[in-house]
Amino acid sequence: MRSESGTYNQIGLHSQETPLITGNQTFASVTDAISEIIERKTPRLWYLAIAFSSSLMIMFFVLIGYLIWEGIGIWGINVPVGWGWAIVNFVFWVGIGHAGTLISAILFLLRQRWRTSINRFAEAMTLFAVICAMIFPAIHVGRIWVAYWMFPLPNQMDMWPNFRSPLIWDVFAVSTYFTVSLLFWYVGLIPDLATLRDRAKSRLRKILLGIFSLGWRGGNRQWKHYELAYLLLAGLSTPLVLSVHSVVSTDFATSVLPGWHTTIFPPYFVAGAIFSGFAMVMTLSIIARKVFKLEDFITIGHFEKMSKIMLLTGMMVGYAYSIEFFMAWYSGNDYEAFAFLNRAFGPYAWAYWIMITCNVVVPQVFWFRKLRTSIPVLFVSSILINVGMWFERFVIVVSSLSRDFLPSSWGYYTPTIYDVGIFVGSFGLFLTLFLLFVRFLPIIAVSEIKGVLPQADPHYGKEH
Amino acid sequence: MAQIFPEWTNKIPSYALLAIILIIATMTGFFWYYGSPKYTDVGYRPIQPVPYSHKLHAGDLGIDCRYCHISVEVSPVANVPPTQICMNCHKIILPQSEKLLPVRESWATGLPMKWVRVHNLPDYVYFDHSMHLYAGVGCASCHGNVAEMEVVMQVEPLSMSWCLKCHRNPDQYLRPANQVTNMKWVPSPDQMEFANRVRAEKGINPPVDCSGCHR
Repeated sequence: MRSESGTYNQIGLHSQETPLITGNQTFASVTDAISEIIERKTPRLWYLAIAFSSSLMIMFFVLIGYLIWEGIGIWGINVPVGWGWAIVNFVFWVGIGHAGTLISAILFLLRQRWRTSINRFAEAMTLFAVICAMIFPAIHVGRIWVAYWMFPLPNQMDMWPNFRSPLIWDVFAVSTYFTVSLLFWYVGLIPDLATLRDRAKSRLRKILLGIFSLGWRGGNRQWKHYELAYLLLAGLSTPLVLSVHSVVSTDFATSVLPGWHTTIFPPYFVAGAIFSGFAMVMTLSIIARKVFKLEDFITIGHFEKMSKIMLLTGMMVGYAYSIEFFMAWYSGNDYEAFAFLNRAFGPYAWAYWIMITCNVVVPQVFWFRKLRTSIPVLFVSSILINVGMWFERFVIVVSSLSRDFLPSSWGYYTPTIYDVGIFVGSFGLFLTLFLLFVRFLPIIAVSEIKGVLPQADPHYGKEH
Repeated sequence: MAQIFPEWTNKIPSYALLAIILIIATMTGFFWYYGSPKYTDVGYRPIQPVPYSHKLHAGDLGIDCRYCHISVEVSPVANVPPTQICMNCHKIILPQSEKLLPVRESWATGLPMKWVRVHNLPDYVYFDHSMHLYAGVGCASCHGNVAEMEVVMQVEPLSMSWCLKCHRNPDQYLRPANQVTNMKWVPSPDQMEFANRVRAEKGINPPVDCSGCHR
């Protein structure tokens, strides 16, 4: 059967394609393989990893505490660069969060069944990245005790957020995105939690998993409701994939600053977000696949498909870079032209060329099948892409601000040790959450994987 | 397979939902009422070093507010009167009173009285008494009927929304210039007409932007 399993793909047109799941799996072997990861004794490596990541996380919170105590003057921001690493990191983390919903919502609606192998931890990664992202604007306000002013709460001051400002749209966009992603992730988890509940040995595990699986029995009627709910959530979150980073980009695009004030920003940011999100999914899945021996579930085919998406979005980002230059010239606006020449050849040229190298040159390796099926190449290039995407936000934020309209206010932004520490610390938070996730929850959607096995096809085993 | 949860646990989600709704409603109500300056600030009546009665001086004796608060029409600050103003009268009236001992001490030593401020706006608010009096806002509009108070107390919340209520629509609070210290003034039937006229004459256009008060 195995050699022909491609024939049983849903649409039936991809008979030459490699099967999505390899290793001649059965329903039982899929359940066992994925549940076993979290049911076995905690490996020593996990303890080492979480000791490392939670130390970084503690550093993150201590530094934030110091920031709140001392004020944002401990950062390198000053006139004219009032938005430094904190905003760069915010956009960076929100961007990474985009792959999760793209994979879970858009690829689901487009019936891209290969998503099932990576959607669970892509969604988890989204949530954790958005948590990291939300911290940065909150601590950047300086007086964090009035951060609730960002929300339209009735108050004795009669004071409301400025609804014409994209900063308030941001609050809504990111919090909606987080809520919907969390719901989507959790709804997807329910059948798997029930599977784990039924396998659980200890009383505590049974009770906890029993609570969170919400009484799931896997009956026909439950599946019917469940699939409808999942479809509706996919429909709800699809516009969010496009809206969140569009709104983030309007934080820049609506301000009258050369280098920010361009209409290309929303699509350019969304493409960049998907680009960086997929790069992060790839980095993490290469590690998880190796550590947990999931080669049968996350195959080279999955990586190939992801790298094609990265090639596409990477070229969209490259196109946006070049169109910015075209517009700077075509507009005939001296300030616009200066802003872009300054980007490429000014004091921040080093950052600009790192960005171009990582985001435009590196993804070109994905043109070659040999390279995009090589795990080391994919691993290195996915990391480089995220380095590049961080630098993209750095270039946008810092190079535009550092050249004010008044040359006497020009300045050069240098981060302090606290900028660096808080950024590195945010990786500690992200990794800690991710390690907790891989230890306690199924990292691959067990029930969905079963749906793409050849045995799930109604015509399985019949001759045509 | 054995049941993990007994049957009564089926009701927990409904009760939990109800509890969450109740908790949110209670919290909102609590802060709405107890967190408001109408609760926290109105009614502030500190004990003063001398039991000075506004009711006696401003009410029964009919002394004009500006006899003591001399700078109110010309300065942002309506001053608390210096001891010398008290002694203008009290050198002659009740010169031996027990209650007035701290005032005479202050007069003799030159050290000011430690009156406790009742109406205290935050430092980040710029408030100008002279401007408000010029526009024709009466003392009583913000301080209440002080002439009826034995001990002065805060009667208005002095919150930002309270300020804005008048700044957005000042018409019913504007008085003729000779009525600003009148504690019992009531708008006449043609108040709107008067307000329109006086606003045009004096160019009264209260600021509602941030920098109007937070300079």
